[in-house]
Amino acid sequence: MVVNSVHWFRKGLRLHDNPALQETLNGADTVRFLLESLEDLDTSLRKLNSRLFVVRGQPTDVFPRLFKEWNVTRLTFEYDSEPYGKERDAAIIKMAQEYGVETMVRNTHTLYNPDRIIEMNNHSPPLTFKRFQAIVNRLELPRKPLPTITQEQMARCRTQISDNHDEHYGVPSLEELGFKTQGDSSHVWKGGETEALERLNKHLDRKAWVANFERPRITAQSLFASPTGLSPYLRFGCLSCRVFYYNLRDLYMKLRRRSSPPLSLFGQLLWREFFYTAATNNPNFDRMEGNPICVQIPWDHNPEALAKWAEGRTGFPWIDAIMTQLRQEGWIHHLARHAVACFLTRGDLWISWESGMKVFEELLLDADWSVNAGSWMWLSCSAFFQQFFHCYCPVGFGRRTDPSGDYIRRYIPKLKDYPNRYIYEPWNAPESVQKAANCIVGVDYPKPMINHAESSRLNIERMKQVYQQLSHYRGLSLLASVPTIQEEAEPPMSDDSQASSSTAAVCNYTP
Amino acid sequence: MCVFRMKRGQKRGDKVEEGGGSVSGPGPGAPEVCKRLRRGDSEEREQEDGAVDWGRLPEEILLQIFQYLPLLDRAFASQVCRGWNQAFHMPELWRCFEFELNQPASSYLKATHPDLIKQIIKRHSNHLQYVSFKVDSSTESAEAACDILSQLVNCSLKTLGLISTARPSFMELPKSHFISALTVVFVNSKSLSSLKIDDTPVDDPSLKVLVANNSDTLKLLKMSSCPHVSPAGILCVADQCHGLRELALNYHLLSDELLLALSSERHVHLEHLRIDVVSENPGQQFHSIKKSSWDAMVRHSPKFNLVMYFFLYEDEFGPFFRDEVPVTHLYFGRSVSKEVLGRVGLTCPRLVELVVCANGLRPLDEELIRIAERCKQLSAIGLGECEVSCSAFVEFVKMCGGRLSQLSIMEEVLVPDNKYGLDDIHWEVSKHLGRVWFPDMMPTW
Repeated sequence: MVVNSVHWFRKGLRLHDNPALQETLNGADTVRFLLESLEDLDTSLRKLNSRLFVVRGQPTDVFPRLFKEWNVTRLTFEYDSEPYGKERDAAIIKMAQEYGVETMVRNTHTLYNPDRIIEMNNHSPPLTFKRFQAIVNRLELPRKPLPTITQEQMARCRTQISDNHDEHYGVPSLEELGFKTQGDSSHVWKGGETEALERLNKHLDRKAWVANFERPRITAQSLFASPTGLSPYLRFGCLSCRVFYYNLRDLYMKLRRRSSPPLSLFGQLLWREFFYTAATNNPNFDRMEGNPICVQIPWDHNPEALAKWAEGRTGFPWIDAIMTQLRQEGWIHHLARHAVACFLTRGDLWISWESGMKVFEELLLDADWSVNAGSWMWLSCSAFFQQFFHCYCPVGFGRRTDPSGDYIRRYIPKLKDYPNRYIYEPWNAPESVQKAANCIVGVDYPKPMINHAESSRLNIERMKQVYQQLSHYRGLSLLASVPTIQEEAEPPMSDDSQASSSTAAVCNYTP
Repeated sequence: MCVFRMKRGQKRGDKVEEGGGSVSGPGPGAPEVCKRLRRGDSEEREQEDGAVDWGRLPEEILLQIFQYLPLLDRAFASQVCRGWNQAFHMPELWRCFEFELNQPASSYLKATHPDLIKQIIKRHSNHLQYVSFKVDSSTESAEAACDILSQLVNCSLKTLGLISTARPSFMELPKSHFISALTVVFVNSKSLSSLKIDDTPVDDPSLKVLVANNSDTLKLLKMSSCPHVSPAGILCVADQCHGLRELALNYHLLSDELLLALSSERHVHLEHLRIDVVSENPGQQFHSIKKSSWDAMVRHSPKFNLVMYFFLYEDEFGPFFRDEVPVTHLYFGRSVSKEVLGRVGLTCPRLVELVVCANGLRPLDEELIRIAERCKQLSAIGLGECEVSCSAFVEFVKMCGGRLSQLSIMEEVLVPDNKYGLDDIHWEVSKHLGRVWFPDMMPTW
């Protein structure tokens, strides 16, 4: 019997370890990356005598038509664990059934099926990273990735490609979708599976050469986009997280000759996994109201201040440089994210994390729904039991990270002639220095929009107020204001086989 | 037993609890309870099947139930019948109230309904005793708060709190407007026990009015960041209000005289003193407090907690930590130098909690060890953007042992050395603490 199969690409824009196409068309750069990834996929499919079919419209409208037109008998796609995805897919599966189309779904966007982790944690998602790691430590290894689809496999299939394929089903251009391009095609992050795999190799080469798997301490160089950075490719699924996982693991074991690598080796992947797991059953994960894990904080509503932050006009060069890099390139280092997120929310502006999340959604190439929302909640101390005492100073933190000021000079060229002493706080420079640098604060570059000492003082009080109400704690301690992590005192996890990391089960904490 | 579904009183703006329901139907034992509580002259009429008449519950029961209901549910209940409406207005239900004043343009939170506010002023101002105002960053909200305050003429408040939940909007008001509103309360209350007026334009004359009317009863005064008050103004409070147990103010108001006044014979034992040391401009000079003044405080109130929050530039710590200071809770909200932290170890024997937001990239090994040695009461420590070598950190924990109930260290703080790596440090630390411990983490994506 002939099987007519349609594979629906959503997030998994790759042919390696794949079974799924993202529809969140937000910022232009994100769309560009997406389109490049689609082009790349199309090119790879062409080599296998097939093509990518880009069909526009809502899945619920498009699929019935395609099912009929193409006589489809099977529909395959990659599992999407996000609440919106699950809802959409349930509707599609139901509809497919009505049309007699068999659906096959595979979980490959995350290392594990989030439901498995939830099951292992007494049927609720772990809300501390420690707990999460403890559970992962007890699980079997993630399923091994499949190799790339081969010519032989594809030889058994036949794709009907019409002459005017490009017209009807070709990958659209940015202009067609209504975005303006600057015509500059030299982007730092090029979309697609090919690029992803090349970068993976370079990433591994560098690790092998350094022979050091420790988390590198941040240097000034880390702030700039790295040719071995992988996060956007993981988000769009151009790179399989399992391929990354196993490559890292194999390299480690080869070089270190140890039995198994520590969990910290997979830090980036596990954080991603953590947030996917936390979000999968929570449709309100990306907002404060109605979100059971989010602390209700009386954030300020101030569109003007938000715009200054989003557009890099705060008057704090460190913050402005980061937001400029973000807007220009679509990626910033994770410590830079901490700095601007803290500044927007609990550190200085006291604006809701939801606003920051939306800006990142538009500008950041690796911001997927779960990770972006989860990280913003984390950084604003709205969830996951975070201590709120440490505040990133918009002057000091920048200066300590990059004393040379080169990062500032690169992204805020107006300040390039400022001496290192004043480049992080130009408003404190004497007039003569400002004149010599040809950049007067208040004229050529904005004045600082707030007084950081004052704001941080106020905000630490606000946070304290909120947390004291939560835990009914009326003490003086700044630290003990954070509700205790009850997870740690809960009974052991469902699977009590190995004793390797049974740390979470037994402990006595002081409330 | 009567079957009611009761909810604990909730403040608005808290996490939303799903499920409306306030009162459900009568249970099997209802008549018995009502019989027991029936008063002689009321006319309860039981229905044929023994069910109770919900419209005729005794006031005591209604009061109990209504006290458990959040305000909105109570308001709904009050619409049910005249009897319940009367119960809604029982004085006991209006002892405590929190006015939430928010504008849609500046806040996501709901506000107390203006009609309800009118009702409260009209019918309940003389019942109010424990009142707070939560105000968002708009001037309108602060004005609305003052409006209400000015109308509380029949009020004899015990506690008053003016709380800015975002930017301090009370400071945007014309000073006289604010002062006259506040003075209404000071003059009418005469038995104010607790007053929270941080970030407001309160001034010396209004403090005099406060003192003139409430000196016998005032126990708690929080007035951090009130720029219009002078050291003389607060000294007047300390001199007259001998029952003062809790005081929060800015460093510029602190003086030797103040500490001596708080330690005078007639004064009760002070429990908490909170001081915010804030730099307005870089290079600001701060006065110093004599050691003898602190000694007097400790002699008079041996158990008092001294909470100090520092928001200074690194080079402004000159006058601080030169002599012994009885600080118990110490917070450095900006970068503090290695040298100053070294001095902390030498001068703060009573230290219970130390929180360092940032230090810079020189390891604090020696300083931490010294603090472990000298600060024998230390039970809580938090380190943000600092560096400590893993070995020194383990040493520190070993010396403090189990008395460290709060150890909040950012993962980036710990620098691996030849003895310990990041992956094994938490075992060592957990061992010495006697419980499971991990550093604080931040997402790296």
